[in-house]
Amino acid sequence: MSSLQVNLRGKTFPGVAQAPPHHALASIKLTITHGQFACITGPSGCGKTTLLNVLAGLDHDYDGEIHLPLISEHQQPVIGYVFQAPRLLPWRTVEQNLTLIKDRSASTADVGELLSLTGLTDFCHAYPERLSTGMQRRLALARAFVVEPDLLLLDEPFASLDEPTAARLRLLLLSIWRRHSTTVIFVTHDLREAIQLGQRIIRLTGAPGKVDLDMPIPLNPAERLDTQVIEAWRTRILQPG
Amino acid sequence: MPPPANLWWSLISLLVLLGLWHLGASFADSRVLPGPLVVLSVLIEGIGSGEILYHLAVTLARVAASFVLAMSIGVAVGIAMGRLLGLNRFLDSWLIFFLNLPALVTIILCYVWFGLIEIAAVLAVAINKIPNVVVTVREGARALDRDLDEMCRVYRLNGMARLRHVILPQLSPYLLASVRSGLALIWKIVLVVELLGRSNGIGFQLSVFFQMFDVANILAYSIAFIVVVQIIEWFGLRPLEITLNRWRR
Repeated sequence: MSSLQVNLRGKTFPGVAQAPPHHALASIKLTITHGQFACITGPSGCGKTTLLNVLAGLDHDYDGEIHLPLISEHQQPVIGYVFQAPRLLPWRTVEQNLTLIKDRSASTADVGELLSLTGLTDFCHAYPERLSTGMQRRLALARAFVVEPDLLLLDEPFASLDEPTAARLRLLLLSIWRRHSTTVIFVTHDLREAIQLGQRIIRLTGAPGKVDLDMPIPLNPAERLDTQVIEAWRTRILQPG
Repeated sequence: MPPPANLWWSLISLLVLLGLWHLGASFADSRVLPGPLVVLSVLIEGIGSGEILYHLAVTLARVAASFVLAMSIGVAVGIAMGRLLGLNRFLDSWLIFFLNLPALVTIILCYVWFGLIEIAAVLAVAINKIPNVVVTVREGARALDRDLDEMCRVYRLNGMARLRHVILPQLSPYLLASVRSGLALIWKIVLVVELLGRSNGIGFQLSVFFQMFDVANILAYSIAFIVVVQIIEWFGLRPLEITLNRWRR
C-alpha cells in the first residue's frame, strides 16, 4: 500500500459578512508511511482540525494535492474519523449506531466484541443522549473501529475524559492499531499523550498553520508507559532549538 | 390517549357544551336547531342503515389518497428545496403562487380540465395541500445537522440509509406538524370537492341535506366525521409521536 502524501500550498476560509477571510493553513508537506502512528499537536486555532477535514475528504476547497494511501489501483482507503464531538445518531441505539455503519462497509468486525472492549455491552440498547459524555466518546471510537479503517483520523478523542478511562482507551487504540496495520493520524494538544502514543510527532504553529517540528519518537511499548521517559522526551521537545 | 385528569376535564366541558346546546334547542324549538337527542337518534339511524358509514368510507378514501399524494410530493420537493439553493430560488415564486391560489379555483380548474372524475377530485385536494407541506418540510431540511452530514460522508452512508437513519428522524417534528395540519385541511377541502362534483361522500350528502333543510342530518354527519378524526389522532398520531420521541431525554 502507498503512503499518505500531503502537499498543501494553503487553505483559506472565505470571509463571511464583516469577518475577513481566514488563512487557516500555510504550505504543509508531509509523507506518512503506511501503518504509521503520527500525532499532530499544536495550540488551538493552528489548523489541526482543518487539516484532518481536508484529509477526510470533507473539505475540497484547498490549494495543493492530497494523495491518500491507495489500497489497490482504483480502491480508495476506508476512513475512520473520530470527530471532536461524538456526532452519534441520537435516535438510534448504541448498537444500531455501530451496525448501520458497519453494514455499509466491507468490514468483518465483531460489533459485540467492540462493545465489550469499550465497556458498552450493558448499554447496547440505550439511546446515546442517555449516556455520559465519556461513554458517547467511547461509542464514537468504536464506530471508527467498526469499519476496519485503512486510515484512522482522531481529533482529540480523549479530551474531557477522566484519566483512567483515557488511559484505558489509549491502550485499546494501540492494540487495535497493532492488529490492523492502520495508518493513524491523532490530533491532540496534550504533548504527553502524543509522546505516549505516536511514532512521530508533528507540531503545527499558526495561524496560518505550518509544520514547526517533525520528530520521530522511537520508544518501545514498555517505555511508553513510563512517566519518567515521557517527561524526559517532553522536556526535549519543549526546549527551544 | 390523554391522561385521566385531562379526560375528566374534557368530559365535563363536553357535557356543558351539550347542555347548552340542549337548552338553546328547547327554547328555539324549530327544525333549524334540533337538540342533541334528535341528532343522536338521526346518527344512530344513519349508522344502522349503513348510509353514514358508506359515505364516511368514501370520503375517508379520498382523504387518504390526497393525503398520501400530497405528503410524498410535498416532502420530496421540500427536502430538495431546503438542500439546493438554486432550486429553492427557482421554485420559490411558484410556491408563493400555489400557496395563495384559492382552493375553489384549483377545484374548478381540475374539474374543467379533467372532467368530473375521481382523479380530478383527488388531484385538486392534493394541489391545495402540497405547498403547505413544502413550506414546513423546507424549514426542517434547512436546519439539517451539518455535523451528521459530514459523518455520513466519511462513513459512506448513502441514499436510502441516509434518508432513513439520518434525514427523516431529523425531519420528524416537521413531518408530524404537516400531517396534523394536513388532515384537518384536507378533509375540509375534500367536502368542497364532493359538493361540487361528486355523487357520494359526506360533502355530497351535506349538499343534499342543505337543499332539504335537514339540519339534524348535517349535524349527525359532521359529528361522525369529527369522531373519526379524533380516533385517528388518539390511536394513530399520538402513539406514533411517542415512539418517534422515545430517544429524547
